[in-house]
Amino acid sequence: MRVGSQPKLRGPGLATLAGLFALWPSLASAQAATEYVPSTSENVAFYLLAAVTLAMGLSVVLRRNPLHGALSLVVSFFSLAGIYVLLYAHLLATLQVLVYAGAIMVLFTFVIMLLNLQDRELGEARGPVAKSVAVGVMTFLAVWVIMTAQSAVVGNFLTEPTRTPTAGALPATYGGVAGVGGALFRDYLLPFELVSVLLLVAIVGAVAVAKKRI
Amino acid sequence: MTPGNLLTLAALLFTIGIVGVIIRRNALVILMSVELMLNAANLTLLTFSRMRGDDGGHVLAFMVIAVAASEAAVGLAIVIHVFRHFRNINVDDVGDLKH
Repeated sequence: MRVGSQPKLRGPGLATLAGLFALWPSLASAQAATEYVPSTSENVAFYLLAAVTLAMGLSVVLRRNPLHGALSLVVSFFSLAGIYVLLYAHLLATLQVLVYAGAIMVLFTFVIMLLNLQDRELGEARGPVAKSVAVGVMTFLAVWVIMTAQSAVVGNFLTEPTRTPTAGALPATYGGVAGVGGALFRDYLLPFELVSVLLLVAIVGAVAVAKKRI
Repeated sequence: MTPGNLLTLAALLFTIGIVGVIIRRNALVILMSVELMLNAANLTLLTFSRMRGDDGGHVLAFMVIAVAASEAAVGLAIVIHVFRHFRNINVDDVGDLKH
């Protein structure tokens, strides 16, 4: 790994999107050689985006009308894309907006509007509150325990709250098209080819399932 | 913006997704909750990838997005077919395969 300056944003598309989030001068300053300390503005941005993500996620699950849930999910994906940019995952942030929010959620919205359920057909929003709270608490504890079990590898984040992302400088191509593309087409070529076969299978399968007569 | 905060956010998102899958009866909302869970997994992948300075997590997250797209397409095709047959997408009411 090289000790270098901040990785530059690549490509006009990435620059436009990331520029919307990366307005603060802290992202343009040079990194320390050993540990990356997020600035106050990055922390503020993270907490804001995290709050939006969680609020919209709850809205997806709790709203009665699935169309409202779909739109909340779109907002949640946008705020997640912002968090990805804070993590220097510029390509994934762009893909999140283009593919997840821009294609998958559009597909969801089309299907929801196609089904066109009336208000009386929508049914009850959810079951008993106690059951959902119990399930939520149990799941969160399970996930939390699994994450703290990783503490041998990444450090126990419960007792080391100041440990910040990455000790050391990132490669200059980290998270951009060159870095992820290079890894995708060299080290991970087989999964890439298999995913393209999977997408073909999914297309054929979706058409076959939805047709009235095969 | 410590890794702990990011992982906690991912855990909370995952929990919200699982609660949505379990307590909601509308098939479309269940599918959307599954997408929420996949995004929580993506966030975890990117957090650990950032901590290691390694691009491999990004590649896997890319695959997760591709798989989520195909799964959403096929799942929605099934929902459309079920709706065409039963005129109802409440998963409690379309259990004809039981018994």
